[in-house]
Amino acid sequence: MRPIATTRAATGIATGKLAVWWVLASEVVIFGGLLASYIMFRLGHPEWADAAAVTNTTIGAVNTFVLLSSSLTAVLAHQAAERGDGRKAAQWLYCTIVGAATFIGIKTYEWWYEISHGYTITSNGFWAFYYSAAGLHAFHVIAGAVIMFIVARDAAKNIELHRVELIGIYWHFVDIVWIFLFPLLYIAK
Amino acid sequence: MVEPAVDLTHGQHHDDHADHGPQGWLKYLWSTDHKVIAMQYMFTGMFMALVGGFMAYVFRMQLAFPGIDVPGFGMVSPGEYNALVTNHGTIMIFWVAMPVLLAAFGNYLIPLMVGADDMVFPKVNRLSFQVFFVSTIVILASLVVEGGGFAGAWTAYPPLSADSTYNLTPLGSTLWVIGVGLEFVAFLLGGINFITTLMNSRAPGMRAFDVPIVVWMIVVASILFMLSVGPLLAGAIMLIFDQTIGTGFFNPAMGGDPILWQHLFWFFGHPEVYVVLLPAMGVVIEIITTFARKKVFAYRTVIFTVVATGVLSFFVWAHHQFIAGIDPRMANIFTITTLLISVPIAELCFVYIATLYGGSITLNTPMLWALAFVATFLIGGVTGIFLGAAGADIYFHDTYFVLAHFHYTFFPIAIIGAFAAITYWFPKMFGKMMDDRLGKIHFWGTIIPFNMIFIPLFVLGMGGQHRRIYNYSHFPELALDWFQDMRVLATGSLLVMLAFQSVFFYNWYKTIRHGPKAPKNPWKANSLEWTTESPPPHGNWRPDEMPVVYRGPYEYSTPDREDDYWPQNEPSPRGSA
Repeated sequence: MRPIATTRAATGIATGKLAVWWVLASEVVIFGGLLASYIMFRLGHPEWADAAAVTNTTIGAVNTFVLLSSSLTAVLAHQAAERGDGRKAAQWLYCTIVGAATFIGIKTYEWWYEISHGYTITSNGFWAFYYSAAGLHAFHVIAGAVIMFIVARDAAKNIELHRVELIGIYWHFVDIVWIFLFPLLYIAK
Repeated sequence: MVEPAVDLTHGQHHDDHADHGPQGWLKYLWSTDHKVIAMQYMFTGMFMALVGGFMAYVFRMQLAFPGIDVPGFGMVSPGEYNALVTNHGTIMIFWVAMPVLLAAFGNYLIPLMVGADDMVFPKVNRLSFQVFFVSTIVILASLVVEGGGFAGAWTAYPPLSADSTYNLTPLGSTLWVIGVGLEFVAFLLGGINFITTLMNSRAPGMRAFDVPIVVWMIVVASILFMLSVGPLLAGAIMLIFDQTIGTGFFNPAMGGDPILWQHLFWFFGHPEVYVVLLPAMGVVIEIITTFARKKVFAYRTVIFTVVATGVLSFFVWAHHQFIAGIDPRMANIFTITTLLISVPIAELCFVYIATLYGGSITLNTPMLWALAFVATFLIGGVTGIFLGAAGADIYFHDTYFVLAHFHYTFFPIAIIGAFAAITYWFPKMFGKMMDDRLGKIHFWGTIIPFNMIFIPLFVLGMGGQHRRIYNYSHFPELALDWFQDMRVLATGSLLVMLAFQSVFFYNWYKTIRHGPKAPKNPWKANSLEWTTESPPPHGNWRPDEMPVVYRGPYEYSTPDREDDYWPQNEPSPRGSA
C-alpha cells in the first residue's frame, strides 16, 4: 500500500516525474562540475590537443548514433505505454537495452585498443579526464539499463506503466550528456 | 479519537507489510516510517556528536597542556593531533549538523507539518538512512586503519590529501573521501524526498504560503545542497583517482592544478554553511512565534529573503581563497558578494526581533535556546565581515580568529539549534514533557562555557596565533605566557561544557521514565503536527482524519478570538475568511 502522500499531486505533476527531474538536476551539476573543470584545463593546456588527436572520432560518431537510436526506441516505448500496451512497451525497452549494450561493447573495444597502445588514465591530464568523464557516463548507461530491465519486466505484465516514461526521461539525459562529451573529447582536436 | 493509537499502529503496519514484514528489531531496522527514520538519524547524529566532542576534548587538552598524557586517550602525537582536528571538523559538520538538523528534523517535521502520512518515497527515505549509516561506519573505520585517520584538515586540500607520501595515511585518506561521498549520496536521496514531499503532498487547502517557515527552510537547504554538491562529487572522484591510481588532476607536475580542488570544495563548502544554517533559523522562528504568541513578522519577506540568500550563497566561495593566489580583482568581486550576503541574514535577525517586539514572551527552555541562537549567531555573523573583506582576511587568515568565527556560526547552528529543536518537539516525538528546570541548568551550563571557550580564541587570533600548530611551546617566540593562559581557559571551559551535557542526558532519561505525559498540543501552537497524538501513530493521522488546512501557521493572538492561537486545520466560523 502506498502512503496517501505519494498519491497527492499539489503541483499537478505526478510525484514520480517530479522526483526524476530533481534527480536530473543533481546529476547536471555533477557532470557540470567535471566538464567545467575539463574545459578550464583544456583552455590552459593547448598541448592536450595532441592527446585528443589520438581519440577515434569515427568510433565516437558510431556510438553517438547508437545512443541516439536507443533514445528513439525509449520514446516508442513511452508511446506504447501511453496506449496501455505494456507488452509492446516492454519490447521497445528491451531494444533500448540492446542499444545500451552495443554502446558499452563498442566503448570496451575502444578503451581496450587505447589502453593496449599505452594511452592510460595516468598518461596525462587529457587521458585522465577522458577516462573519468566517459567512465562516469558509461556507469550511468549501465545503471540506466539495469533499471530499464526492471521497468520492462513489470511493463510486460502491465504493471507500473507510468515508469516507462520516467526511465525514458532519465535515458534522454544520459544521451544529452554524451552529446556534450562527444565534441569535447573527440571532435575538439 | 476513540481507538487507542497502539491498535492503529499495528493495524496499518499489518496492511503495509502483510506479506513480507520482518519481525522484532528487524521491523525497526527496516521501517519506512518517516518518524522512525528521523529518530535513526537523530540518534546516529547524537552519537557522532559525542565522538566529535571527545576529539575536541583530546586536542584541546594537548593545546592547553602540551605533551600531557590525556586521560582516556594517552599521549597525542603530531599525526594523531592532525587526524583529530580533521575528523572533528568533518564529523561535526557532515555527521552531526546535517543528520540532526536537516535529516532528523526534516524527516520528522515535513510530513507532519504539511499534513501528509509519510514522505512521498518511504523506501528511498529508508535507503537514504542506510547509505548514511554505511558512511558513518566508513568514517569511523577510517580512524582506526593502519596509518591512522586522515589528517589533512576537513577541507582536504591537495597535494596533502592527494599524495600519501605527504599525508602518510594511504588508507585513512581514501576512506575519508569515500565516507564523505557516501554521506552526500544519502543526503541527495533524502533531499529529493523532502523537495517532492513539500511540492506535491501538502494537505488539501495548504497553499505555498501556508507552509511553516521551517519546512521552507529545510527544503531550500536541500535544493542548495543538491545544486552545490555535484561539482564536489566530481572532485571527490578525481581525488580518489589521484590517491589510488596515480592520476594528476591536482598535481601540477602532471598538468593538474591543486587550486581546482579549492574551487570545487568551496563551491560546495560555502552553500553548505547555509544548508545547515537555514534549518536552524527555521526552528528558531517556529519557537519564537510560539512563545511570543505573535504572528511572524513579514512571512513572505522571510521566504524571499531565504531564496535570495540561497542564490547569493553560490557566488561567495572564493572568499576562502583570498591568500591562495587568486587575482586581486577577483578578490574584490568576492568581497562585495560576501558582504552582500550578510544583508539577508541580518534581515532575518531583524525579523526575529520584530516578531518578539510587543509579544507576551514565555522564557522556557526551547525559547532560551532560540534566543541564544540569535545572540551568538549575531557574533558569528559580525566577525564574518572582517573575514569576508579581503584586506582584513589576509591578516586573519588561518588564525584562531577564523576558528572562533566559524565556531560562533556552527555552534549556534549544530548545537544550540539542535537543542532548541529537541526541547521544543520532544513532547511530540516522545510523548513526555521534559523537566524545564533541568533544561535551564543545561542551557546555562552550555552557553556560558561556550562563550568562555571562544572569546579567548578570538583574542588569540587577533594576536596572530596560527590555528594549525600542534604544540606552541615549540615556538617560544609565538607562545607568550598569557596566550597559553588563554588556551588553558578555553580548555577548562570546554571541560565544564562537556560535563554539563550529562544534565541533558539525565533529563532525557528522567523524562522518559518519570516525565508527565504530553498532551496533543502542549505549547498551544498552530502547525499541523500539534493536531495529532503525541507521539503520532504510524500514518500520523487516521486515514479519515487527515487534516485540511484553512490558514497559515502563525495566527497567534488574533483579535476577537477567545484562544490566542488558531490551529491551521480549524475551519473558520461561518461567513469569515
